[in-house]
Amino acid sequence: MKIVVCIKQVPDTTEVKLDPKTGTLIREGIPSIINPDDKAGIEAALRIKEETGAHVTVLSMGPPQADTALREALAMGADEAILLTDRAFGGADTWATSSTLAAALKKIPYDLVITGRQAIDGDTAQVGPQIAEHLGIPQVSYVSELHAKGGSITAKRDFEDRYHLIKVACPCLVTALAELNKPRYMSVGGIMDAYRERQVTVWTLADIQDTVDPANLGLKGSPTKVKKSFTKAAKGSGETFSVGADEAVAIIMEKLRGKNLI
Amino acid sequence: MSKDVYIFVEQRDSKIQKVSLELLGKGRELADKLGQRLVAVVLGMEPGTSYQKLIHDGADEVVYVEDPVLAEYMTEPYAKVLTAIIRERQPEILLFGATSVGRDLAPRVSARVHTGLTADCTSLVIDEESNHLLMTRPAFGGNIMATIACENHRPQMATVRPGVMGLPVKDETRIGVLTPMAMNFDKADQNVEILSVVRSVEKTVDIMEAGILVSGGRGVGGPEKFDTLRELASALGGEVASSRAAVDAGWMERECQVGQTGKTVRPGCYIACGISGAIQHVAGMESSDYIIAINKNESAPIFDTCDLGIVGDLHVIIPKLTQAVKKMKESQES
Repeated sequence: MKIVVCIKQVPDTTEVKLDPKTGTLIREGIPSIINPDDKAGIEAALRIKEETGAHVTVLSMGPPQADTALREALAMGADEAILLTDRAFGGADTWATSSTLAAALKKIPYDLVITGRQAIDGDTAQVGPQIAEHLGIPQVSYVSELHAKGGSITAKRDFEDRYHLIKVACPCLVTALAELNKPRYMSVGGIMDAYRERQVTVWTLADIQDTVDPANLGLKGSPTKVKKSFTKAAKGSGETFSVGADEAVAIIMEKLRGKNLI
Repeated sequence: MSKDVYIFVEQRDSKIQKVSLELLGKGRELADKLGQRLVAVVLGMEPGTSYQKLIHDGADEVVYVEDPVLAEYMTEPYAKVLTAIIRERQPEILLFGATSVGRDLAPRVSARVHTGLTADCTSLVIDEESNHLLMTRPAFGGNIMATIACENHRPQMATVRPGVMGLPVKDETRIGVLTPMAMNFDKADQNVEILSVVRSVEKTVDIMEAGILVSGGRGVGGPEKFDTLRELASALGGEVASSRAAVDAGWMERECQVGQTGKTVRPGCYIACGISGAIQHVAGMESSDYIIAINKNESAPIFDTCDLGIVGDLHVIIPKLTQAVKKMKESQES
């Protein structure tokens, strides 16, 4: 089985702080990580590889520094890594991003494509299903269990109030939830190999332009445009009391009664 | 020429989901602003369903397909119907609930009809000059807001998180059109096989429905200490929720998580206990009617977002508060 895992390098948004004076994001010093849902996707692919044998390729679109994320995936055990990087891909919304990744996937043999459900910097959950549509293959999203057997996969597909056990023939695409597994650490030998022996193949526009219309890429190929971005104004603080516990309870009770909450 | 505002109305076991009603309310407002119609699209209800309720909730027309293939959600049959509707009727705007169904279906459809899609919007307004839909959403883990437009492609598509928009005002005198629609499904449309459907048996607490939420964060200090919060919630007739920190620490279930990566809640009263107030948490609870924060750290950002702030030790205050609430309720009953 040939598996391609699409991954994204993201800033660790849980580490993001705001400048209290200006209300702007402090971006310096925020570590870059493999997006958690994508990392679960890598782990899922590696487990299939261990159970039934598979060739695992990791694919990422991003700036040249996304090389680090791909080497981490190699150090975890992926067989091959491809970085899609070109100024022409920059500023892409999910439609253009999925067009770019699908164009690359058309040049890579695959039975199964795995993406994370969503990336923590954008939280859209759109790129996986959009890739599947561009490739014309079925999708199963929100996957929390995954098994591959004889040219098809079975997946546990989570909803808010239920789950489906789904069987789908390959080729297909699944989007992985971080709950799917606990990703392994890189092995020391793997890290050495990933930096010394292994290659990250770099593809630019020239490598995929026969499988996509360049008008569908990057900022100009994006149907949506960001008109403005801003930090949210704080709601505005109410009254704050620094008093003893009994007095605090009395104040809370008075407010709850006043609001008819009790 | 594209026109009209369309809402994908989601059903599960023939029960219309609340977020879809919230979208009808917002959709009505957008349609009125544009001077256009509001159309509800409902797939897979059991035959013989009355759709009048959707008219009362604001729709001018309800387009429905009753077909057993659509009873349980599956991507391709749903995408096929919506694509047919988009190609035939050319909607100006198409909105989905940002549920695990809407977030699977909307991107598939947007890729097929080549239009933009904006996820998890918290505000939708019509631009006064261009009449474009301005879609505002949190990004970067809720740390910044971005306003997005889709100027040259139609329909303008967006998903909206449950609980963000208010419910519509019902008008039982409203009149509208009911349009049944038929669709042929072949084997290729059912390209996945649902082996089984397992509904959650345990009654999961729905924090989005609670009138009062007692919510705990890292400052609570441990899983067993959430019992104190549970007692207060129970005395108040509310539910317990938590911040992402408490969920990541394994103290609380993910279903109870409030925030950008959890649920958006708007209870009558939100009591934040030992929650610092990271922006991604505030994004999920700032619409609560009344917010009380209890935190030891007087410089915690939660105090910038609350109506009533108490600087103090929640482990002392909460049990005392629970006693006070119980005592008062007893005196009310006697």
